[in-house]
Formats: sequence, structure tokens, C-alpha cells
Amino acid sequence: MEIVVLAIGVLLPLVLKDYLTVYATRVLILCLFALSFDLVWGYAGIMSFGQAMFFGTAGYGVALIARDLGVTSILIVLPAGLLIGLAFALMLGGFLLLGRHPSSVIFVSLGTLTGSYAADRVARGWYYLGGQNGIPSIPPMSLGSYDITEGPVYYYLALGILLLVYLLCRFLVRSQFGLALAGLRENEQRIAFFGYQVQRLKAIIFSFAGAIAGLAGSLYAFHEGFVWPNMLGVVMSTQVVLYVLFGGSGTLIGAVIGTVAIEAVSFWLSNNYQDIWPIILGVLLLLVILFRPAGLISLILGERERVGNFGRPPGEGDRGSS
Amino acid sequence: MALLEARGLIKIFGKLTALNGADLMVAANEFHGLIGPNGSGKSTLMKCVAGAEIPTAGTVTFGGRDISQASPAERARAGMSLKFQITSVLPALTLYDNVLLALQAQTSLPSLVFSRTRGVLHDRAMAMLEQFRLVDRAADAASALSHGQQQWLEIAMALAPEPKLLLLDEPTGGMSLEERRVTGELLQPIKKRCSLVIVEHDLDFIRDICDRLTVLDQGSVLDCGSVQHIQSSAKVQEVYLRRA
Repeated sequence: MEIVVLAIGVLLPLVLKDYLTVYATRVLILCLFALSFDLVWGYAGIMSFGQAMFFGTAGYGVALIARDLGVTSILIVLPAGLLIGLAFALMLGGFLLLGRHPSSVIFVSLGTLTGSYAADRVARGWYYLGGQNGIPSIPPMSLGSYDITEGPVYYYLALGILLLVYLLCRFLVRSQFGLALAGLRENEQRIAFFGYQVQRLKAIIFSFAGAIAGLAGSLYAFHEGFVWPNMLGVVMSTQVVLYVLFGGSGTLIGAVIGTVAIEAVSFWLSNNYQDIWPIILGVLLLLVILFRPAGLISLILGERERVGNFGRPPGEGDRGSS
Repeated sequence: MALLEARGLIKIFGKLTALNGADLMVAANEFHGLIGPNGSGKSTLMKCVAGAEIPTAGTVTFGGRDISQASPAERARAGMSLKFQITSVLPALTLYDNVLLALQAQTSLPSLVFSRTRGVLHDRAMAMLEQFRLVDRAADAASALSHGQQQWLEIAMALAPEPKLLLLDEPTGGMSLEERRVTGELLQPIKKRCSLVIVEHDLDFIRDICDRLTVLDQGSVLDCGSVQHIQSSAKVQEVYLRRA
């Protein structure tokens, strides 16, 4: 399944028109963003309704670096975006997750939601950040003297980064650490009695996912050429929840499929049913969530395959979830 | 010196005093039964020892160290392990992964990320499943097990990290007579390896495997001693007859 998706991804720019390649690049970056949410919710069971905060702050951060410092080198701005996402996730995660007792799902959900909402309001109200209009005309990302502009080159850059992050996440969720995350998701109280430091585990995966969201946010900012408050806010945070729910949380490929499916259907519907497409999309999402609560991926993989194995029961090799 | 010393434990929930100065002493390699009528405070005492509840007053000392305010994870790392009253295996994971999850709890983060202990722990996981007669189903999801087998899996998980003290809250709850008998057989071999505190309603079961018993009534210790002593205790008989 993963190979098929990758092959389609590699071949796509050869058959797409230029404007569709630009659209597909945006979708790839959103896939990266969806992976970050899938790690925290699908794998660790931490309900983050504020994942866009890390996506958006990194986007704003690299936009400011480009605008105010004139630095657009890919070797600086992408690591900077990653570090900004990591730093904000560490701060919010430290506050929400590192108490003496494990935080409730409601507390973390509302805390992350509030963080995302507050970041959106700050961006809208702060003149330095461009207020409601955001920061326009970000110069293109560069490698040496070469400007990386939207089109096939940016597409393959986004695909390459998505592939790298995907493989890294795949390694992580299939490791013994992945088993600890599965324990966290299934019954965090139980694993605390085994000796796991539940809060620390949560803060680690939350921060790691924040770094991925930051990387996605910085790629997005340079691809779009501007950043705006919606990148930080509740709408974007909800959108990524839908991507993952639609595709199938707890599987990496499900997050990718969900993002591609929602964006592709939105694109097609908005071209063909300009007035009512959001309603059709909403009904479609509801139908999938009602009748396929495990997401589209459940059409292909059974529950056992989605959860995967972490060890080596007799007669079986290592096989983790994808 | 006792391995576990819980002294003067008081636990108050709102207007209810669940524990009212209860004591519990367990020596190394001792099998200690905790019995009493419903609502006598057995499970609350167990939770205060395991860290699921923090006592309102009193102290819990384990291996000479005061752990009264320690978190469940800290107590587990000190060598204490708990099987909950309500079965809490992880249903979506395989039996093997359930046991591996328990075994790897004290592995360092880098070792978890790079799966450095997976090979080392494999044999121990299989041995534990073998001991509890579950090895043939190692690759099945835990949700596919019968209730009795889930109880065994949970005991295997609690025992896997080789604790100094194993706390079992009603391990035979909901089991058939045959499953109870087998559970008794499965617990016998661990006597050489650790101490055991067991809460159980089945007095025949507890009499067969325990060295000493503590009887609770209304949050306080009614009597404590050998099985023979408790069986002949007039105070204990009176309480059980009163409730019957």
C-alpha cells in the first residue's frame, strides 16, 4: 500500500498540469502536518485541538526570518521552522502534560484549543505580524543562488521531506517506543503501574509532533508566499483532525490518504458545485465517520493489521502498523 | 524487617471513612491474604499501598523506604506490581505485546527508540506466557481471550518485571471453579521469587495459598495471623456470621 502511494506521488507531476502540481505540493505539505497530528492522537491518544499553533508559529517565524533578516536558505529556514514548532510544543506540552498527575483528555483538548485560538488572536492584533492580512510576499526559499519556487522542484522537495519524515515516524511507531505509545493510547493508567513515566512520554511525543508541524508550517509559508492568522487558528487545527479521522488515525498511511482524499474531493467539488460544495463535503465526512469510524484505511486493513505487532510472537516476523 | 509496612492508614472519601487506621505488614517471600466483608476497605488498602490512592494519613514503607507520597510509577520502579480488580489488559495488542509492554517498562528512552532490549526480553516474554499457559495464543489479540485467560494474562504482566511484591486484587473474580484451581497452581511457583498480597473473596482459595491473613472490618484490622489462627479467631467468625 505504501509503495503504491509513493509510486503515484513520484509519477504525479509527469501527468499533472502546472497549476495542479502546485496544488498537489500544498497537499503533500498538509500530509506532513497530518502526520504530526496522527502521532499525538492516533498513536499516543493525546487529543490536540491546537496542532495548527505549531504549524502557524513556524510559518510566521520563517516568514519573519526571510522578511526581516533576508535569510531564505533552505539549510537555515527549514531547521528554524522545525525548532520553532518544537519550542512551542515543548512550552505548551510542558504546561499541559507535565503535572504530577496525568492530565485528562478534556484538559489537554481545551488547553491546546485555547493555545491555538490565542495564537490566532495575537497574530490578528499585532501590527508587526501584519495583523489580519498576515505577512505577504515572502521571498522564495533558496539553495545557494537557486530559488526554489512553486512547481515540480518544490513538489519533489516536499515529497522527499514527507518521505523522510514518514520513514522516521514509521521507525518510531514500530519500535519498542511505539509499543509504549500504544500502551499510552490504550490505557495510560495501567502502564503507569508498570513504571512508565506517562507524562514524560506524552511530552516527548507531543514535542516531536510539534517539530514536524513546524517543519510543515515553514514549507507551507514559502510555498504559498505569505502567512496569515488562519494558519495558527482553530480552523486549521480542526482541518487536520478531519484529515486523520477521515483516513484512519493510528496508521501513518491513513493520515496521508485522508489528507489527499479530502483535498482532492474538495478541489473537485469546488470546481463542479461552486455554491453547495462545503455542504456535500460535510455530509461525506459525516458518512465516513459514522459508517467507517476507523477511517478509509479500514476498507483495506483489519483492526489487527492497523494496530500491528511490536514483538516477535512465534511463527511471525516483526510487523508494525503502517 | 518486613518488606512492606503500612501503618495507621486512614483514607477518607468525602463523608466516608474507607480506612480507619489500618496496618499491613508483609515479610519477604510471604503470601499474605487480605480478607473481609464487602466494604471493609480491602481494595482501598491495596490502592493505598500501590499508589492508586494517596492515604489521608499514615505511612507506607517499602524495602525500608517511605513511599507514602510516591507515584504508581515510582512504586513500580521500586519493585511493586499490581493486578487491578477489573481486568485491564490492553485488548487491541497481542498477548505477546502485552507482556513485552510490562517487561520493557524500565528500559531507557534511547533503548526503547532503537528497540535495543527487544531481543533480550523476547525469551522472558515467551517464558511468562508459557508459565501461564498462554504461549499458544501469543499472537492473538488480548480481546480474544476468555475472562479467566485475561486474568491470567494480567497476572503474567504484573509478574513479568520480576517485582519484589506482587499485589493481586481479586485474581479469581468471575472465574469458573476449574479456572480458580488452575490459578492457584499457577501462583504457587512464584513463592520463591516474590512476596504476594492478595485480596480475595474465595476463602478456600486464599487458605490454600497464603501464609498469613489480615482481616479487615469497617476500615480497621480485625485480626492478623496465620491461616490457622484466623480460622479459629472468635472475632473473625463473629464478623462473618454477622454478615451472613
